[in-house]
Amino acid sequence: MASSQEEVTLLGVVGSPFLHRVQIALKLKGIEYKYLEDDLNNKSDLLLKYNPVHKMIPVLVHNEKPISESLVIVEYIDDTWKQNPILPSDPYQRALARFWAQFMDDKCVVAAAKFVLKVDEKEKEKATEELYEALKFLENELKDKFFAGEEIIGFVDIAAVFIPLLQEVAQIQLFTSEKFPKLFKWSKDFYNHPVVKEIMPSKDQLFVYFKARAQSLAAKKKN
Amino acid sequence: MAEANVVLLDFWPSSYGMRVKIALAEKGITYECKQEDFQAKSSLLLETNPVHKMIPVLIHNGKPICESLNIVQYIDEAWNHKPSLLPSDLYKRSQARFWGDYIDKNVYNSVKRVWTGKGKEQEEHNKQFIECLKTLEDELANKPYFGGEDFGYVDVALVPFTSWFYTVETFGKLSIEEECPKLVAWAKRCMQKDSVATSLPHPHKIYAFALQYKQRHGLE
Repeated sequence: MASSQEEVTLLGVVGSPFLHRVQIALKLKGIEYKYLEDDLNNKSDLLLKYNPVHKMIPVLVHNEKPISESLVIVEYIDDTWKQNPILPSDPYQRALARFWAQFMDDKCVVAAAKFVLKVDEKEKEKATEELYEALKFLENELKDKFFAGEEIIGFVDIAAVFIPLLQEVAQIQLFTSEKFPKLFKWSKDFYNHPVVKEIMPSKDQLFVYFKARAQSLAAKKKN
Repeated sequence: MAEANVVLLDFWPSSYGMRVKIALAEKGITYECKQEDFQAKSSLLLETNPVHKMIPVLIHNGKPICESLNIVQYIDEAWNHKPSLLPSDLYKRSQARFWGDYIDKNVYNSVKRVWTGKGKEQEEHNKQFIECLKTLEDELANKPYFGGEDFGYVDVALVPFTSWFYTVETFGKLSIEEECPKLVAWAKRCMQKDSVATSLPHPHKIYAFALQYKQRHGLE
């Protein structure tokens, strides 16, 4: 357990899948932390100080040292606290886990965001195509109940939290059970996992996040 | 260390492929290198990397590993003798991963935009490229390498792109040394290492490749 639990702080915005990845990791390890809610459209001085390069949440601060980028943070958590490992110990299995987690970020999250935020029918169709191309690989990859195994959740499951956030919480149907039966079931199972369930935001909170995100993206475009 | 079963699928001008070569050289691992042709990707490439169909792919005892920094981490973990590529200090390790991610998200694109760019956009692309390098230069500060005293992960992630500097300067009409002297000094320091010198092609070869590419794609 954390020997210095007062010294773990997490900056985030509720509803952000990137924040929730980190929260799941901390919860899995039983690490207590201080949570600080930030504002995407009015970023705190603390956030700008701790993440000057990207100015984005989440940021984990451990013993006053900041770490940014959700998957980097999750690996740091796994390296630092050894109980309930998130990544496998075998180097090849670790490489696979990292590959699929990166795939989530490079292909799936981007496509899902476009799917959710696009109003134009044509763009939505294109986003759907892109998303389904990506999800096909995931569907194929899922061999057990979770990506990490039959009873345990791991790095890839955590990276994929945006799926149940959209499917289960926002109830935006990214896909049906006919289209991707394994992922459909995985989304429900992961959402109902005791650690994950405690972390998940409410539907209202999620929609507040979507709105704030859309606002901040629009402001970025203007500049 | 002779490894009968290490194969690298590569494309010689790729900075990503160079990263893997450097890592393998650092660890003293011998391997078979197979050059891919992007106009005609091999069935081995399509089999081992069905998701991205891209090099580099490292095949170790028949098992493929894809994505260059992923491969570099794999090499560090599977052959865990010295030198270590990732720091042993856990916080420094997280920072190494952070900067590896930053380099992945920013350097390739900003490099490409400069040497393929033209007209009015050129100035903007040049500016973004230099800004990116300056951010990295700030991170380097006064250390000999990004990791500190020892050459490591972030150096491996970035140094291949320096083989493209001559190309970027020529097409972009800019001087990287003027803008980022510390980074250029760092690049020279890295080139003194065998693992780097033997893994990076000569900048003029890269330039010739870039020229051909631009002609083929009507980008002059």
